[in-house]
Amino acid sequence: MEAFDPAELPELLKLYYRRLFPYAQYYRWLNYGGVIKNYFQHREFSFTLKDDIYIRYQSFNSQSDLEKEMQKMNPYKIDIGAVYSHRPNQHNTVKLGAFQAQEKELVFDIDMTDYDDVRRCCSSADICSKCWTLMTMAIRIIDRALKEDFGFKHRLWVYSGRRGVHCWVCDESVRKLSSAVRSGIVEYLSLVKGGQDVKKKVHLSENIHPFVRKSINIINKYFEEYALVEQDILGNKESCDKILALVPETIHENLQQMFQKHHSSLQRWKHLKEQLKKVARHPNDVRNDKWGPWLEWEIMLQYCFPRLDINVSKGINHLLKSPFSVHPKTGRISVPIDLQKVDQFDPFTVPTISSICRELDAISPDEEEKEENKAESNFKHRTRDYKKTSLGPYIKVFEQFLENLDKSRKGELLKKSDLQKDF
Amino acid sequence: MQFSGGKRKKLKLGGDQRNACYPHSLQFYLQPPTENISLIEFENLAIDRVKLLKAVENLGVSYVKGTEQYQSKLEAEIRKVKFSYRENLENEYEARRRDHISHFILRLAYCQSEDLRRWFIQQEMDLLRFRFSILPKDKIQDFLKDSHLQFEAISDEERRLREKDITASSPSLNGSVLELVYKIPFAEALDLFRGRKVYLEDGFAYVPLKDIVAIILNEFRTKLSKALALTARSLPAVQSDERLQPLLNHLSHSYTGQDYNTQGNVGKISLDQIDSLSTKSFPPCMRQLHKALRENHHLRHGGRMQYGLFLKGIGLTLEQALQFWKQEFIRGKMDPDKFDKGYSYNIRHSFGKEGKRTDYTPFSCMKIILNNPPGQGDYHGCPFRHSDPELLKQKLQSYKIAPAGINQILDLVKGTHYQVACQKYFEMIHNVDDCGFSLNHPNQFFIESQKILNGGKDIKKESIQPETPQPKPNVQKTKDASSALASLNSSLEMDMEGLEDYFSE
Repeated sequence: MEAFDPAELPELLKLYYRRLFPYAQYYRWLNYGGVIKNYFQHREFSFTLKDDIYIRYQSFNSQSDLEKEMQKMNPYKIDIGAVYSHRPNQHNTVKLGAFQAQEKELVFDIDMTDYDDVRRCCSSADICSKCWTLMTMAIRIIDRALKEDFGFKHRLWVYSGRRGVHCWVCDESVRKLSSAVRSGIVEYLSLVKGGQDVKKKVHLSENIHPFVRKSINIINKYFEEYALVEQDILGNKESCDKILALVPETIHENLQQMFQKHHSSLQRWKHLKEQLKKVARHPNDVRNDKWGPWLEWEIMLQYCFPRLDINVSKGINHLLKSPFSVHPKTGRISVPIDLQKVDQFDPFTVPTISSICRELDAISPDEEEKEENKAESNFKHRTRDYKKTSLGPYIKVFEQFLENLDKSRKGELLKKSDLQKDF
Repeated sequence: MQFSGGKRKKLKLGGDQRNACYPHSLQFYLQPPTENISLIEFENLAIDRVKLLKAVENLGVSYVKGTEQYQSKLEAEIRKVKFSYRENLENEYEARRRDHISHFILRLAYCQSEDLRRWFIQQEMDLLRFRFSILPKDKIQDFLKDSHLQFEAISDEERRLREKDITASSPSLNGSVLELVYKIPFAEALDLFRGRKVYLEDGFAYVPLKDIVAIILNEFRTKLSKALALTARSLPAVQSDERLQPLLNHLSHSYTGQDYNTQGNVGKISLDQIDSLSTKSFPPCMRQLHKALRENHHLRHGGRMQYGLFLKGIGLTLEQALQFWKQEFIRGKMDPDKFDKGYSYNIRHSFGKEGKRTDYTPFSCMKIILNNPPGQGDYHGCPFRHSDPELLKQKLQSYKIAPAGINQILDLVKGTHYQVACQKYFEMIHNVDDCGFSLNHPNQFFIESQKILNGGKDIKKESIQPETPQPKPNVQKTKDASSALASLNSSLEMDMEGLEDYFSE
């Protein structure tokens, strides 16, 4: 993949917004079938322009309005906010207190930096193939819960463009959820608690909730390869000490001795598990029958379980990076992730804006089209254009997501008209 | 409450019809009452319920909710006011009716501010929780159905399929046998699912019977909160209703006990006793006012009102009061003439000797806590409510209260139980375990203190002489029960009508 040069962004974005950005599908999504009047028109967008100029409360009247404005302003970043009671771009004309955020998708943001204490390969904004598995596990665990426990049907997972993933839950009922319920959902999905000053961040109770059990089952599938081989969490003294800090001191000596005899993480983990089985649930527990794999699980969870940022999810008016937005530092497009192929997803193969513009140029060199009369052919152009670039497959994933939304909507309408006995 | 002109015969319902009105001993108060009711009964019901809710609050602070003591004392309080609480008792109709109507009356009074709403909702929830806790299991399903709650119990088959998961999820079961399980939309079980204390599947929470209480209370709170907001919108109309306005103003700041205005010990206090009395028998609010007066030789208006009326209540005569204030103000280099011109008039006014000659009553705790917060340079108000906790701590230390007692007081203050904190102070300075009364009024503090210090000799109280002034509607003074009643004397026979509209959209 060609290197991305941020200096080229203005030119690249111009091309991107004119010929590649999937406006039709994008509008189809946010319009939600036009069932609620002005749903799209009352949606807030925010743009980050060149030189870090940030403007909020952008709103648009229609798909073509959106197109025109985006092409005019050439935003470096696009964020999506809530659907408000009034058009956001007129919010200053509204009586004080009357302008309210009313609905928004439930969103999650999982960021690799939050795992710095448990990954050895990278830190902060860096990612690599070794630690990306964390995201894979996170997607699997969270998505399973959203689908099976909460019954959410329309979940769009998106690569953030650099070091994490986002999830947009778009069910009709979900968009109406209160801030309190959203917070509650994040709490339900949280197991890793504590900041830098907390050594042991996971504590399980005796009763293992099905959510925890099922999450551990998922982690089990990846743990050996990810933690023991790639991350090598028992590979040297420093990393061993980190693990020792999570288990009772009573077995430290045994463990140190064992570490002398076995040197690979795989072996050490195997023996560690055996030692843990012999530890009582509580050190002062008179009834020593309360042992179980909790300690083992607590370690696995601390190293592998997803870490969510509650602030992103709980606020109805929170703004989150839009799918198909470009990441200004990496140039990568925020593309949807195919859930069927989540294990194969490789963030390093995600197209950058420079690569797809180059692809486009190679196929059909950019002619300066006059906008007014060529609107029609512009559209047709675009429909062909992105299909020919590496962006194509990702837009397909997005379209599948939109199909499902449509199907659901039709189903609901049928149900409602059946009840009303409309013919 | 129906609107109808003139006098109308009250409908007497027959036995079965009466029971159908109120099928249960507890309810969610979804429908406002629609019958006619006399103003006297209106007021009495409201006062009874306020008494009950205050008792609920006090008990909730003094005992752990749900314990044997709490439950039996609360039951006693409910019986005192003759409201319903238990199923399967005889002749329940009247008790349920009183409960129903009184709740709705209080909505009118307590919808008026965020603080009042919060307080009202909290006590009503505790009351409901108690009543639900004594509901027999076989009555629960009926009650839920009648209350239109969408909780359906799942079939045995469904329960068996999920038994393991449900047992693993619900800590309240504690290994006991699974009985009824309810399937409800997950969002309605927020407090359960957020802590992963319930099994979730496909958007539903599978809630065992034991946990359903939390959910029901949540439902209740949401509904009541919305209803109060709705009622508040009708407020302007409510407040312009001349029958209601004096009553409701009085209720929500309600002090429903003695007014401590006329005491048998008039003239029994001499001025040179006041300094020592202030440390021995004054509540902290008055103690600090007295100290400030002595130190600064001056008090601002709020302090003069609060302290001056208190002194009247403990027995100072007008002459003594005039002397007391004048002496002190002159020490502050005030010109005696200036005092006579400016301040003595006010003192005489507060004794009812000037102007419209209302004999003002000393402020109750409620009034002091809720009204007129002190600003810079003020010393009135309630120290437990208005003092910074650090300063309060220092003050209590200077009063030589033991550290353990101070901590208890500070905890009570944190829980906004100001009057109970003051009771604790009473217990500390008099060295008793239980003060033996529920503190509502600074003068009550004084009397109880004197009782203890004088070896249990009861101070004879004169019977309250209800004054019959006609207070103007825009006077914002606390009226005692008798004077409020007096102002309604003329309309005793009229029925209350049309209040239903205040509760609906």
